[in-house]
Amino acid sequence: MSNTATMSGSAPAASGPAGEARGPRPRPFFTPKKIMLYTTLIFFSLYFLFPLYVMVSTSFKTMPEIRFGSIFALPSQINFDAWVRAWTSACTGLTCNGLSPGFWNSVKITIPSTIVSIFIAAINGYALVNWRFKGSEIFFSILIFGSFIPYQVMLYPLVIITRELGIFGKLEAVILIHTIFGMPILTLLFRNYFASLPQELFKAARVDGAGFWRIFFEIMLPMSLPIFVVALILQITGIWNDFLFGAVFAGTHNQPMTVQLNNIVNSAQGTPEYNVNMAATVLTGLVPLIVYFVSGKLFVRGVAAGAVKG
Amino acid sequence: MKKFAVVAAMATALLGTTSAMAVDLEVTHWWTSAGEAAAVAEFAKIFEAETGNHWVDSALAGSGTGANPVIISRIIGGNPMGATMMNTGRDAEELIQAGLMRDLTDIVADMDIESFYVDPTQLEPCKYEGGLYCLPVNIHSWDWLWLSTAAYKKIGQPVPTNWDEYVASWPALQEAGILPFGLASGWPINGVPGVLMAGIGGSDLVLRINRDKDPEAVRGPEFRKVAEAMDSLRKVTSPETMVPSFGDVGNQILKGEAAGNIHGDWLAGDLQIAGGVPGVDYECLPGLGVGTQLTGGGDSFYFPVLPEGTDPAVLEAQAQLARLLISPEAQLKFNMVKGSMPIRTDIDLSGANACMKKAIALLDNGLLPSGDFSLSSDTQQQLQDLDLEFFADESVTVDDYIERRAEIIAQAD
Amino acid sequence: MADIAVKSGEEARDVARPGLLQKTFLKNLPAKIAALPMMATVLVVFVGCTIWTIYYSFTNSKLLPTGKFVGFEQYERLFAANRWNISVTNLLTYGAMSLVLTLGLGFLLAVLMDQKIRFESAFRTIMLYPFALSFIVTGLVWQWIMNPTLGLQGAIRNLGWEGFTFDWISNPRMVLFALLIAGLWQGVGFCMVLMLAGLRGVDEEIWKAARVDGIPTWRTYISIVLPMMRGVLVTAVVLIGSGIVRLYDLVVALTNGGPGISSEVPAKYVVNYMFSGGNIGQAMAAATMMLVTVLIIMVPWAYLEFGGKGKRA
Repeated sequence: MSNTATMSGSAPAASGPAGEARGPRPRPFFTPKKIMLYTTLIFFSLYFLFPLYVMVSTSFKTMPEIRFGSIFALPSQINFDAWVRAWTSACTGLTCNGLSPGFWNSVKITIPSTIVSIFIAAINGYALVNWRFKGSEIFFSILIFGSFIPYQVMLYPLVIITRELGIFGKLEAVILIHTIFGMPILTLLFRNYFASLPQELFKAARVDGAGFWRIFFEIMLPMSLPIFVVALILQITGIWNDFLFGAVFAGTHNQPMTVQLNNIVNSAQGTPEYNVNMAATVLTGLVPLIVYFVSGKLFVRGVAAGAVKG
Repeated sequence: MKKFAVVAAMATALLGTTSAMAVDLEVTHWWTSAGEAAAVAEFAKIFEAETGNHWVDSALAGSGTGANPVIISRIIGGNPMGATMMNTGRDAEELIQAGLMRDLTDIVADMDIESFYVDPTQLEPCKYEGGLYCLPVNIHSWDWLWLSTAAYKKIGQPVPTNWDEYVASWPALQEAGILPFGLASGWPINGVPGVLMAGIGGSDLVLRINRDKDPEAVRGPEFRKVAEAMDSLRKVTSPETMVPSFGDVGNQILKGEAAGNIHGDWLAGDLQIAGGVPGVDYECLPGLGVGTQLTGGGDSFYFPVLPEGTDPAVLEAQAQLARLLISPEAQLKFNMVKGSMPIRTDIDLSGANACMKKAIALLDNGLLPSGDFSLSSDTQQQLQDLDLEFFADESVTVDDYIERRAEIIAQAD
Repeated sequence: MADIAVKSGEEARDVARPGLLQKTFLKNLPAKIAALPMMATVLVVFVGCTIWTIYYSFTNSKLLPTGKFVGFEQYERLFAANRWNISVTNLLTYGAMSLVLTLGLGFLLAVLMDQKIRFESAFRTIMLYPFALSFIVTGLVWQWIMNPTLGLQGAIRNLGWEGFTFDWISNPRMVLFALLIAGLWQGVGFCMVLMLAGLRGVDEEIWKAARVDGIPTWRTYISIVLPMMRGVLVTAVVLIGSGIVRLYDLVVALTNGGPGISSEVPAKYVVNYMFSGGNIGQAMAAATMMLVTVLIIMVPWAYLEFGGKGKRA
């Protein structure tokens, strides 16, 4: 809507000589201002695209090609060796199983963490909007404030808590931690969403004598598909990209992909194999990138979701 | 139905026997360089062959600074491994005090270990209130100057035989485009001051600083020589020339790209794996060619107390491993590959290479306590922070360095 | 909504004397049970763990949290520690640059995107995709690009421009800019999207009025539209700010604090002393200082956002 506003705002300056303002498009494309505009945009696009290009092209090169060629050069031929090695045999110490165990660990962490954290946050949001009780808003305020506390502040006590629960170093611990730290933003998301729904349905159900859970499962859930998708995007990318919690809580056998990637690249012995490193890097980035490209605009909404409402 | 029951019974029987016969024992360590990995594989082979159990190898990246926390947090976090290697010293003292490590007294009771340990001080950190909580498996020393034969051939000079000759050769090396001092980024710099202390500063200085924690020793003239040597080292190194890991420095030395390096004897393992022959491809000077005593630390194995309900076979496997690690056979095989000195006096070391023989000769003079050995991890971390900063930032003067090091030592516990 | 909550409490009236206990606990019971995870998170983690950390920052705990109370000793050591001071200076320098540039570039790009351009969604896709990637991936890619011999510097030197230097990653004086380039790459797109949403939310009447008054476009953006986007700006500042305080993964992946300790940050100091340094007391003191920093950022914001208006949901 406001596109038009913006355009009409800039039109007089952009289209030069008067008398053209009312004319139908197309307007001349190569005005100096347009050239500057697109040059700037393309310059920035190059900045954003260059690393992707470097990552992908390096991963297809052979090591001699990397050593004697330029970082700008395209691979002379598409060579999947580095990808295979990154996936199956890149080393961290004695174990040279590549990134594939890390990938599966990340899957094992991401799926349950996403489900549990979203489910709990949805209930929180629902309770906060429709079943407010004394103190519920105070809890909510602290929850939101808590999302700004640096993780390092709570890290050590959480190690102790997970130890006492007997889950430290296991998948359960990582799932718990992701549920805890995903709660503020997700609860906010669901709370705002449920608050925006018409309250009549809820009231009618109450009059019919439906209880807390029945209303949640039969009325609220079916209506909240869009926000679930947003939450899903947020959590999948967020949890997949996590490094700190995976490194601290997952234990040596459940290290997520990000941790293994960092080990492969930064603790490598001998001559670094940049092609394998880059293939591993692309592989680690692949899942969130796919989520990003598949979800398109929803991703934008996902990341901006809690944010815009503050 | 019946058929199924039979199969099920057979399966349980089979599972039962396998678990009684062979159990998995997870062993954590940070021996990840080529030489170290080959050495730890010797332990694994012997363990699997002798006991039939399975050595589950958990090599952790990041050496002491990266892997130690993982090991400690797993033990503290109630998710202990079957056995772990850590540096001989004080890193685990609180874990021992908290009762998180298994007392090995009874396990090795009949081995009479006091009689064959090469230096009884090595066992000190393992003892607490009458119990024995770890077993040193080797003696490591940082005190080595490694020199590249190829580099000195390029500049047409004889390979130096001591620190002073080495320093004097730097200008010629630089002129020839050879790195006088190869260095890996991160923790390796941490060991250099200790080596300079033992070499240039002398045994007395090491004892006053590491054992007595006397800040005045740091402020004294002997340590000033050490600090000045550090200063000259940083002038010939730069972040751009630093390589990712100490094993890479070994390769630089073999190729003649770097002329020298101060690093612990575990570098020998990597030089060996890369095909280097001591005396031919590289030279080694223990104590920088001037010191008479080596500072010694090493690696120890700890066996965490496993949670209640653990398969007794696993506990037995722990005990078996403990005994095997210090057996003559394992000691010989492991240390020959690792480049470290065995902890036993009663094994035949005629197969040792030239460098190791030099070290064994120096061992008769007794070991000095290394920093790893006598300082807490907290103090070591502070010293590492200081060394890293000093090396990267020219604006930290020698005087600053001495004063700040003295303050850390004054507070050390 | 509140009346519903009261109604659900009416059940509790059968009890002869509705005691305080019943009133507080039985009212709206299912909702309270359902909110237990949230209450536990708030009380145990956000409040409990924070208090625990502050408490242990006053002890001399080493590897295990068993130390004695030592007053402000850990803080004295912290403030005297060069690495901590460098970390704080780094964070302030990086933070200021990152905040200004993320907002500035985010706004600039949003304005450019708002010019009814062609391929808008393509440009947006290009600018935002790095935000989907982790800091680890970001750090490692830029580490490779900034590799002094085989990366950008080497490639351009080989093209014949011998004097070209781009050694930021191995230069203690420039390493923060290396972090900045990578950080901006990851985060500017997101800021742009926020700003664009803000721009599109501005009433078109404003634009008409500005045009009638003959105000140049750029001035309209700076002096009229920008102030109207206060909400979005505040959100962006808070989000970018809390991200900066947490800066950790990117440093680990890109520089690991080096060269030397020239790119250390507070979060890394805490993690190092908590685990490898084996000094819980010191780590907790550092963590508490991080918390104080966040409070300094957050309290004025919370006051502006909620305090002034007395806004409650």
